[in-house]
Amino acid sequence: MTQSRARALLLTPAGLWYAAMLLLPLAVVLIFSFGERSAIGGYAPGFTFEQYANLPARFAAFRNTLTLAPVGTVAALVIAYPLAYFLAVKVSPKWKTMLLVLVIVPFWTSILIRSYAWIFLLGGKGIPALLESIGLDDVRLLNTPFAVLVGIVYGYLPLMVFPIYVALEKLDKRLLEAAADLGTPPWRAFLQITLPLSMPGVLTGSMLVFILLMGEFLIPAILGGGKVFFVGNALVDLFLQSRNWAFGSAVAVALVGVMLITVGVYTRLVKRFGASRDDVGLM
Amino acid sequence: MTDTTTHVRAPEVVAEFVGATKRFGEVLAADRIDLRIRRGEFLSFLGPSGCGKTTALRMLAGFESPTAGEVLIDGRDVSAVPAHKRPVNMVFQHYALFPHMTVAQNVGYGLRQRRPRLPRREIELKVAKALATVRLADFGPRRIWEMSGGQQQRVALARAIVNEPKILLLDEPMAALDAKLRGEMQRELLDLQRSLGITFVLVTHDQEEALAMSDRICIMGKGRIAQVGTPQDLYDRPRSRYVADFVGKANIVSGQITGRQAGLAQAVVGNGVKVVLRDEPDDDRSAAEIAVRPEALSLASRDAAAPERAASLPARVTHRTFLGDHTEYLLVAEGIGPLQVNVPRQAERALGGHDVGASVHVIWPEGTGLVLAADD
Repeated sequence: MTQSRARALLLTPAGLWYAAMLLLPLAVVLIFSFGERSAIGGYAPGFTFEQYANLPARFAAFRNTLTLAPVGTVAALVIAYPLAYFLAVKVSPKWKTMLLVLVIVPFWTSILIRSYAWIFLLGGKGIPALLESIGLDDVRLLNTPFAVLVGIVYGYLPLMVFPIYVALEKLDKRLLEAAADLGTPPWRAFLQITLPLSMPGVLTGSMLVFILLMGEFLIPAILGGGKVFFVGNALVDLFLQSRNWAFGSAVAVALVGVMLITVGVYTRLVKRFGASRDDVGLM
Repeated sequence: MTDTTTHVRAPEVVAEFVGATKRFGEVLAADRIDLRIRRGEFLSFLGPSGCGKTTALRMLAGFESPTAGEVLIDGRDVSAVPAHKRPVNMVFQHYALFPHMTVAQNVGYGLRQRRPRLPRREIELKVAKALATVRLADFGPRRIWEMSGGQQQRVALARAIVNEPKILLLDEPMAALDAKLRGEMQRELLDLQRSLGITFVLVTHDQEEALAMSDRICIMGKGRIAQVGTPQDLYDRPRSRYVADFVGKANIVSGQITGRQAGLAQAVVGNGVKVVLRDEPDDDRSAAEIAVRPEALSLASRDAAAPERAASLPARVTHRTFLGDHTEYLLVAEGIGPLQVNVPRQAERALGGHDVGASVHVIWPEGTGLVLAADD
């Protein structure tokens, strides 16, 4: 067998996987998005831009997703960075493994159950009751954007912590000594050396969390109580409740479009921060 | 000497260790180091890994502060002064160049840290000058990973000297270079040191490097200073077996001191052979270890006439290694054990060589070899 034929043969499984699992579903969604809802629900063939023209009807879902996803990503980043820094730089090796495991432990339980726990924490008998005892009456947390934000930050924090941790962990500590040797106080060395060199981890973590948040539907459904909904909730609704597959497909295509733009911006950012060629991270 | 007022700010002393001790938990990394570093000299800390040489350097840089004792720079106790406020700069073992900056940004880094800020134009000029000094004038815009190991080392050097430090610290700077490049770099460093007039303090485990470059060498072992002196001093007058072994090669022979006078000592070695040693020992031991360099001894056939003013030790050749400019003989001498004798090529050509297994005399001229101090 020639080498090129062997290569073709070896690449076949991966190629088939891409075709069956990625291209085919995308093609189906794209074709559906130009069709119509049949009288009994589902899909009826056709070629119309009507579904795309209808997109503004779901404006609220896009608005919520496009505000809470970035805000949630930034909030997760702000909490995750100090934690990752602490784990990578400050903790003694003796405790490191245990503390890292503790970051993952919540993943062992379903996100559904963990989100339900937040219903109790944010509901009437939880934090609002505590606030009331110190004189802050009528604080409503559950079913607000804040509740959804808390839920997504809590749920996705580990995905942000780990890439940053890895970037900080492999940072050569001698670079900080070199900076000190050249007259830099520690806080400035952090801004000039540690932060830029951990940027690949920050960007990887942000991308990971952001993309997953864009498709999130479970947490808004539980903690948003139908008042704060994402594009994901709109899709569930369109495909499973109102059975308008054509419109649902158009919404899905729009969501994929938004994500592609985000990936483009991400790649730009990586280049701007001048991360060295082998440090670019996941993408 | 722990009272700071006793330290006059002598212009010829740029830095000083006063009983400087560093303890890491149970490990005593540096043990009561007393050393004065002279302004403008090239001083090397030499020793095997774990001897405390790096700890000494790091105490000077400010990365470690002494557990006891003091480190002074320009007469001022800097034990509590953090690294970023000390007027010294370091060339790190693996260079520790900033990967997210260009060559020029790396070199200018220290200048950009100055407060009040230096004018940009001045920084650019100084960076250009430093890069020219290390022969990298056109490499400013390059990325670090585009540079070879030797070039990276020059960048690290430029990044340090551009700040005009009082002392330039070099932590095994040549360890990552191949042998040929290392020789070149050694000469360049020496030229640089002479032209800049900055005090250089080098840490190395390579005795040849230390001998080739240093004005003075501080040999360390087990956290303590074993001996400080010029390279010639240390080679000619090692005080201890440790130093004799570390600097060059030495035969260590045990003997009985039988007499001492006028700066010379008589000793009996092996099966009653009398030798005359250089230097009178500074104590009155009778049993002592004697060091003698392989090139101080020579060889003669058993039937050759006994030489004048020299002792002859009967021995048998076990190995002979031709090394070009000299031949290295390993022998077993009667009543002594293994000895090494280096015979220059010229002498061997004139007098003939000796085969493995041959019985010969090792010739020990009067006034060679010296008595080592008793071990602590």
